[in-house]
Amino acid sequence: MSAGVSRRDWLLSEQPASRRQAKLGQAYRTWVQLRRNKLAMVGLGIVLVLVLAAIFADVIAPYDPLSGGDLRTARLLPPSWAHLMGTDDQARDIFSRIVHGSRLTLMVVAMVAVIATPIGLAVGTTAGYFGGWVDTVLMRITDIFLAFPRLILALAFVAALGPGIENAIIAIAITSWPPYARLARAETLTIRNADYIDAIRLQGAGSGRIIWGHVVPLCMSSVIVRVTLDMAGIILTAAGLGFLGLGAQPPQPEWGAMIASGRRFIIDFWWVATMPGIAIFVVSLGFNLLGDGLRDVLDPKAAQ
Amino acid sequence: MSTTSPENSGGRWGALPILGMKAGKLTATIAVTFFGLLVVTFLIGRVVPVDPVLAVVGDRASKSTYDAAYLALGLDKPLYHQFWIYLKNALSGDLGVSVLTKKPIIEDIARVFPATLELATAGILLGTITGVPLGVWGAVRQGKLADQVIRVVGLVGYSAPIFWLGLLGLLVFYAKLGWVAGPGRIDIAYEYSVTQVTGLLLIDTAMQGNWAAFVNVLAHLALPATLLGYFSMAYISRMTRSFMLAELAQEYVTTARVKGVAEWRIIWLHALRNAAVPLVTVIALSYAGLLEGSVLTETVFAWPGLGQYLTNSLQNADMNAVLGGTLVIGIIFVGLNLLSDLLYTVLDPRVRRRT
Repeated sequence: MSAGVSRRDWLLSEQPASRRQAKLGQAYRTWVQLRRNKLAMVGLGIVLVLVLAAIFADVIAPYDPLSGGDLRTARLLPPSWAHLMGTDDQARDIFSRIVHGSRLTLMVVAMVAVIATPIGLAVGTTAGYFGGWVDTVLMRITDIFLAFPRLILALAFVAALGPGIENAIIAIAITSWPPYARLARAETLTIRNADYIDAIRLQGAGSGRIIWGHVVPLCMSSVIVRVTLDMAGIILTAAGLGFLGLGAQPPQPEWGAMIASGRRFIIDFWWVATMPGIAIFVVSLGFNLLGDGLRDVLDPKAAQ
Repeated sequence: MSTTSPENSGGRWGALPILGMKAGKLTATIAVTFFGLLVVTFLIGRVVPVDPVLAVVGDRASKSTYDAAYLALGLDKPLYHQFWIYLKNALSGDLGVSVLTKKPIIEDIARVFPATLELATAGILLGTITGVPLGVWGAVRQGKLADQVIRVVGLVGYSAPIFWLGLLGLLVFYAKLGWVAGPGRIDIAYEYSVTQVTGLLLIDTAMQGNWAAFVNVLAHLALPATLLGYFSMAYISRMTRSFMLAELAQEYVTTARVKGVAEWRIIWLHALRNAAVPLVTVIALSYAGLLEGSVLTETVFAWPGLGQYLTNSLQNADMNAVLGGTLVIGIIFVGLNLLSDLLYTVLDPRVRRRT
């Protein structure tokens, strides 16, 4: 007990002894604030369940997600104890497919974040730091990408690259970075005239070093909040592409594609299309709740 | 932020030159953006694995036919020259010929666009009529039960896949309850009794006094329009709430209260009027957003609009049509943005004075 209290004191110390202690303390304060927001905690719970389902999919799923049961007896069975969410037209267990589909969903979200965030950061900080014509050119390009509705541009890219989950990821990433670039630019503009940037420059640091070493880390937190807020949108876009047959291809258990394949029998066998939709809805609601909570804590001004 | 200079105000007409200057600057921006849109669609068109020549002549054409078409398409020229041809054609309204319908793409789009326009307009009207009052109510009852309920309803709108809600809507309201008509814009029984003038079936049927068809069209429109309306309501109510919260915290509201102005007057006449200025942008943006939502909605409801045209072309590798459709949607997007910017200037005197 006393160890716990002292650890808390160490985290909340007014005079941190090291940079690590200060950072951990900051993170702890954020966490304490976030913990008070019940809805954000629900969101965090949903995201954790998603991650766990993806990691332990093989253990959780009672059946194989790709090969179905007996086509004569196990097709389109309604939800029961044997098949929690029923079976589809290939006699596959829908619950098992949804559990395995969480891997695809998580992969899409993670890959898009990993590809789009650095592009947005690089474009935004470079534009903001250099200003002048570099800024004008880069921001004009950003505006052009923003001028297309996201799903439409992703559609055009997938049409050009060919359907498939990798191409869907690339297409969504290409359409996701512009808002991050705008945000990073705005942050950079407030940072670039700071004294410590001048100090580093006087020490002889080059532009690249200043941007990556000193500007990017400061823009990071607001961009990360923005990415978290976007994750629900990414999931919905990916599901939409899957629904149109342009994302993950059959027999992959992608949720949007599962809705598309269940669409034909929706009137008589409602569960085939309904269950994957519930999964998409719950997961994107989770990301929305978590993102809202994070924004309230990290950026109180925007939350108002 | 630039500063406001009091001597620059010059009444309502004094704003005109500034409005003109702003419009000029915006036109330049639009021109650059439009050029960029063309570059993007052109480049996407070049990386397609579909052979554009085969798309025109078919895969059983002889070598000489193939070569002739190859030259006619200008594919032997360098890339920048090809782009120049593309640019010239696009500016004269020539977006190529659809492989699927064998018609110029611009004609195809003109034919399908009214369906999308009717659906999106009905959606944005419903979204605004419900979203603004809900947002105001949420702001007034901040933190109370009503606010929480409105917030959750909005969050559901943000999180649910629109195509899935559409399918469930069809299942419940069409198949089970029979309250609305099924997929499509109009029943075949009525289809040939309507002469298409504007292409907006509600207006066409009403003008021709064909009320049976009007009711049928309305029954078809109800579900998809409600759905799109719900999605824009989620966004509009959220933004209205935050604009209203900002206004209600202003000093003029306190002054009005001290003077004894009725609370409903303060909310609906004073605060909402000021919140309305940024709201115009929000509504314009979600109107544009509905065009995007229409791709998925139209697929679910077999709605013969731009979205369905785009997906059909996609599934048939009709790249000219896909890129033409993408370009048109991009232009509408930019146009609505421009319009909301200009309206902003007209509605808000403070913006007018900034140069």
